[in-house]
Amino acid sequence: MRFFSVNDFLFILAATRWTILLSLLAFALGGLLGVLVAVLRIARFAPVRLAAAGYIQLFQGTPLLMQLFLIYYGLSLFGWRLDAWTAVTIAYTIYAAAFLGDIWRGCIQAIPKEQWEAGRALAIPYLPQLFLIILPQAIRIAIPPTVGFMVQLVKATAVASIIGFVELTRAGQLMTNATFQPMVVYPIVAGLYFALCWPLSVWSQRLETQMQVENASGRRK
Amino acid sequence: MTYVFQFGIVFDQLPLLLEGALLTIRLAATAMVFGLAVAVMCAYLRTSGPKPVRVLVAAYVEGIRNTPFLVQLYIIYFSLPALGIRFEANQAAVVAMVVSFGAYATEIVRAGVQSVPVGQVEVGLALGLKRFQIYRLIVLFPALKVVFPALASQFILLLLGSSVVSAISANELTAVANSLQSTTFRAFEVYIVATVMYLTIAVAFRGFFAALYWIVFVRGRER
Repeated sequence: MRFFSVNDFLFILAATRWTILLSLLAFALGGLLGVLVAVLRIARFAPVRLAAAGYIQLFQGTPLLMQLFLIYYGLSLFGWRLDAWTAVTIAYTIYAAAFLGDIWRGCIQAIPKEQWEAGRALAIPYLPQLFLIILPQAIRIAIPPTVGFMVQLVKATAVASIIGFVELTRAGQLMTNATFQPMVVYPIVAGLYFALCWPLSVWSQRLETQMQVENASGRRK
Repeated sequence: MTYVFQFGIVFDQLPLLLEGALLTIRLAATAMVFGLAVAVMCAYLRTSGPKPVRVLVAAYVEGIRNTPFLVQLYIIYFSLPALGIRFEANQAAVVAMVVSFGAYATEIVRAGVQSVPVGQVEVGLALGLKRFQIYRLIVLFPALKVVFPALASQFILLLLGSSVVSAISANELTAVANSLQSTTFRAFEVYIVATVMYLTIAVAFRGFFAALYWIVFVRGRER
């Protein structure tokens, strides 16, 4: 048995970048797809709206691990050879889009109806109404819950370790197998996640309080 | 390559999968009951406890909410035995789920407690009730009513999140699916069936919670 050394710690610390990279990638791509989901979710054409609702329901109603398995094992059966990075990125993009789409849908719907009506009264077509009048206001409300979701996304990347993707959690497992010191390794892993998530949590809370204060005082002027 | 779906092999093993699904439901339901008890206690301590206890509860809540469930599970299953605390896989799964759900639910219940008008607490004080009596008899019921939908969604997340306990060889639905795919070599079909089962369970629980809300908070009020 060997002791847990500085090098072992550095190995785990280095693996943190894959957790960060996967989170950022999933957030960026999932965000793009999420905007589409949110916009389709409030479309006037009912079948499109239902399809978007079904998408959200499906991916919020099934375990992320199952989604990972289905994409990892499933797509390779159809002859697409996916490396771990591609499979995991696809899975987390789809996952993030379902949650972000739902969050942003709520923010868009929180904008008073009069804003749409004012747009229509000025004969502005639907898409410019949406992109020039509604979305800029919705983005303001959307920031705190979106930052909150980033915490959930960072934590969710730990599940990718189960299909063998090497990130922070998997690095912890590998180190445990090498040093036989789970009592040291896993708390360190947890501490690193905490260091990533805690600032985001605090930021999200602060943004939310700030917004409540603004809504209570300044905006009526 | 064109792939031919063969669900027959999976359906032959349906009893095994159903057994796994039942264990998933049992784990989640147990964790919900105990987790809610933890939450009700911690929400009280977080708002009305002595300062050191308040800080301790805050640390528990923030610590859990900012680390992945999987890592918490590993700490309980792999790290704690070093301190002489040993669990079987299924026990470790339940403990991890209680600890995790308890933290999220504490924050939710606390929000509910804060939504109860101060006047109600003052009425309790005027009647000479103790702090905990006020919490238990006056504040708790309306607080839980306000946050019931949030608790229900949190439970669904717990239920779906429980699929990762397969990583420590607990034998719930995901673990059964894993072992089936390795014996039948029909990974895609097995996981599709398991996913549909999760979706069904989640939808069923949503219906159950809607009914429970009606029975406890809508009809219960008319007594």
